[in-house]
Amino acid sequence: MSPPAPTAELHPAAPDGDSPAPAQLPRLLAGVRDERALTLDEHSALHGELPAVGGGGRSRSRTKARRLIEEVEAAGLCGCGGGGFPTATKMRSVAGARGRAIVVVNAIEAEPPSFKDRTLLELAPHLVLDGAVLAAEALRADEVVVAIGEHAGGSAASTYAAIQERSRAAQGRVTLTLASVGGGYVAGQESALISGLEGREALPTFTPPLPFERGLRRRPTLVNNAETLAHLALIARHGAGWFRRLGTDAHPGSALVTLSGPVAYPGVYEIEAGAPLPTLIDAAGGTTAGVRGVLTGGYAGTWAPSTAIDELALSRERLKAAGSSFGAGIVLLLSAETCPVAETTRLARWLAGESARQCGPCIHGLDAIAGAVEAIAAGAREQPSEQRLRTLASLTAGRGACAHPDGAVRVIASALRAFAPEFEDHRRSGPCERCRSASELPLPHRGGRRGGDRP
Amino acid sequence: MAAVSSSVAALGAPLAAAGPSVLWYLTRATGAVSLVLLTGALVLGVADVRRLSTANWPRFMIDSLHRSVSLLAIVFLGVHILTSVLDSFTSISLVNAVVPFTGSYRPLWLGLGAVAFDLMLAVIITSLLRGRIGYTGWRAVHWLAYASWPLALVHGLGTGSDVNSGWLLVLSVVCGLAVAAAVLSRVLSGWPAGATGRRVGLAATAAFAIFLLAWLPMGPLGSEWARRSGTPSSLLSHTSTTSKGTTR
Amino acid sequence: MSHHVRVNPIACEAHGICAELLPERITLDEWGYPIVDGRPLHGEQLEHARRAARACPTLALILQRERSRTPAS
Repeated sequence: MSPPAPTAELHPAAPDGDSPAPAQLPRLLAGVRDERALTLDEHSALHGELPAVGGGGRSRSRTKARRLIEEVEAAGLCGCGGGGFPTATKMRSVAGARGRAIVVVNAIEAEPPSFKDRTLLELAPHLVLDGAVLAAEALRADEVVVAIGEHAGGSAASTYAAIQERSRAAQGRVTLTLASVGGGYVAGQESALISGLEGREALPTFTPPLPFERGLRRRPTLVNNAETLAHLALIARHGAGWFRRLGTDAHPGSALVTLSGPVAYPGVYEIEAGAPLPTLIDAAGGTTAGVRGVLTGGYAGTWAPSTAIDELALSRERLKAAGSSFGAGIVLLLSAETCPVAETTRLARWLAGESARQCGPCIHGLDAIAGAVEAIAAGAREQPSEQRLRTLASLTAGRGACAHPDGAVRVIASALRAFAPEFEDHRRSGPCERCRSASELPLPHRGGRRGGDRP
Repeated sequence: MAAVSSSVAALGAPLAAAGPSVLWYLTRATGAVSLVLLTGALVLGVADVRRLSTANWPRFMIDSLHRSVSLLAIVFLGVHILTSVLDSFTSISLVNAVVPFTGSYRPLWLGLGAVAFDLMLAVIITSLLRGRIGYTGWRAVHWLAYASWPLALVHGLGTGSDVNSGWLLVLSVVCGLAVAAAVLSRVLSGWPAGATGRRVGLAATAAFAIFLLAWLPMGPLGSEWARRSGTPSSLLSHTSTTSKGTTR
Repeated sequence: MSHHVRVNPIACEAHGICAELLPERITLDEWGYPIVDGRPLHGEQLEHARRAARACPTLALILQRERSRTPAS
């Protein structure tokens, strides 16, 4: 997947940043090749040597570690896996916990429309590994586990090769391991990922304790998305000021997004955070068909009708203000050629099937919601009222051990709002001629998961 | 230990000399009561896991009754064991009561009672310490409760020679029907959810019923059961030759 | 130091005993699962809450002290 270089607008701040390095895009995808990953030599030539955080005696390494975390905090780096949690705060929590820390790179990428993490590992794995090693040294951890999913494809080989390169070059005292974790949609959730890494099913656990206190092998665990660590690797080299020369105050820096749907060049793009959605679509060669709506924030995010596209800007605070979320940088355009009601029905049933089946409200609630949407789509004689839908939403969201039911309620509710005219039509007249062929939303069946014993 | 049992035996001796002693009747009685309580605990346990309740019998009461009846069963069992040990007519020691198949008095049939008691102890102790060991561990041990019931029943039928007198037989049949109904009700209502568990439950119930129907006429209801079940010959000389009525 | 009740939704198997013993804080949804009111408990309520936590067959009802501040995962 090699998109043409994006042409996002540049907003250079006063040129007094920490680094002479050019502030504009591309940053994470700088210098990447079309057909293979950058080698360790190419990566070092491009970005410079890995800065030293560990070593040089105990007190000096502690000072350097503290400085790195302070730099990350000043840069305002937040998690790129969907949660958007401040990375420095997470690092401090792990640093303050008892026991020897361990770092997990979360490259599971369980959201079907997202490809950015795999792309990053296919094209620039050393940037991700740099960030992981820097974080490990700052937290005095001796081990980094890179976790990929069974659908990792080419990124598995490229990451493995990169790890081999580094061990041959005998870089540092941190051990790097690659681990493949099978599972469904919830496998990328932090506690689920840790369960999967420990050989159990990748299903969320009840918290506390949270991973930063007691995670993998009962050690304080820093779980970070692959892209987050790649940003960290650049912040360590060029500084917080440099990082902030792109992006907005609340969402500084650049960001990877996966754009899919009826555009000329769908794929992974590196944008300046805050770039307007129309600019991204233009950079992708424009639309190839009519667009009915756009999904941001992934399958736990929010649908907006096509009329809203011009006003949407791709940063955390702008999308939040618009009632959506940035999530893992997923931008999915739905063409006007498919039936949005049928697509929502498919999505609702898929989300119900992806439940870990550990918590009653999620199992029953998501099933009931899927059934309700199906009844509306079929124009059935017995249809759920608005009140019933609201009741189901309140009974399902917030009552599970993880955020899966919350996200499902959010995305389905937003679909009901964004596609209200089509839903009204289906209530009255039943399925339309485009219902049967609706298959635009990617909804794969992944991983074997047992059903739970539930009364 | 030896000093204790000899002083304990000395206590029992005057009572034993008069024939079937008070302690012997107490042992039989508390044994029967324990069987009834164990049956009650099992039936209440099934009602509990099936979440049965009415307005007058709410969920917390069924659950609480299940726990209380189980504890009461263990208390009566404790008395049952104590009286059988104190009774100097048979040389049953405290060890025989807990370590199965040791001892000289009907070792097999007594030993089944010891196994049942051990299982029940495991269930009760893990239940009292549930907060410490966590739910999964507790649940795994709790399944043993199903195994302890048939062991207790066969122990009662095998160690007593008053099966012929009818009352123990009737009691056993009534308790057996209650347990069979409870187990079937659980299996047929879809618990446990795993089909294997359900098949095992049905098969075990059927197999046990068949075993009883075959064994009872040949065993406790047959002739000379006292000798065939392993009563020491020194005690056999005390028995009457009739097979009806209470014999030793 | 205030307490509140919390349910471990993974351990909960909808026995419904908690709603009988602490109706001031727990009601059951249409599927039999507890809807928990997280408001603090006082005095006698606290004793009822303790009893309810002991009575839960799967140990899913927890009595917690004040909410601690931890980062989201």
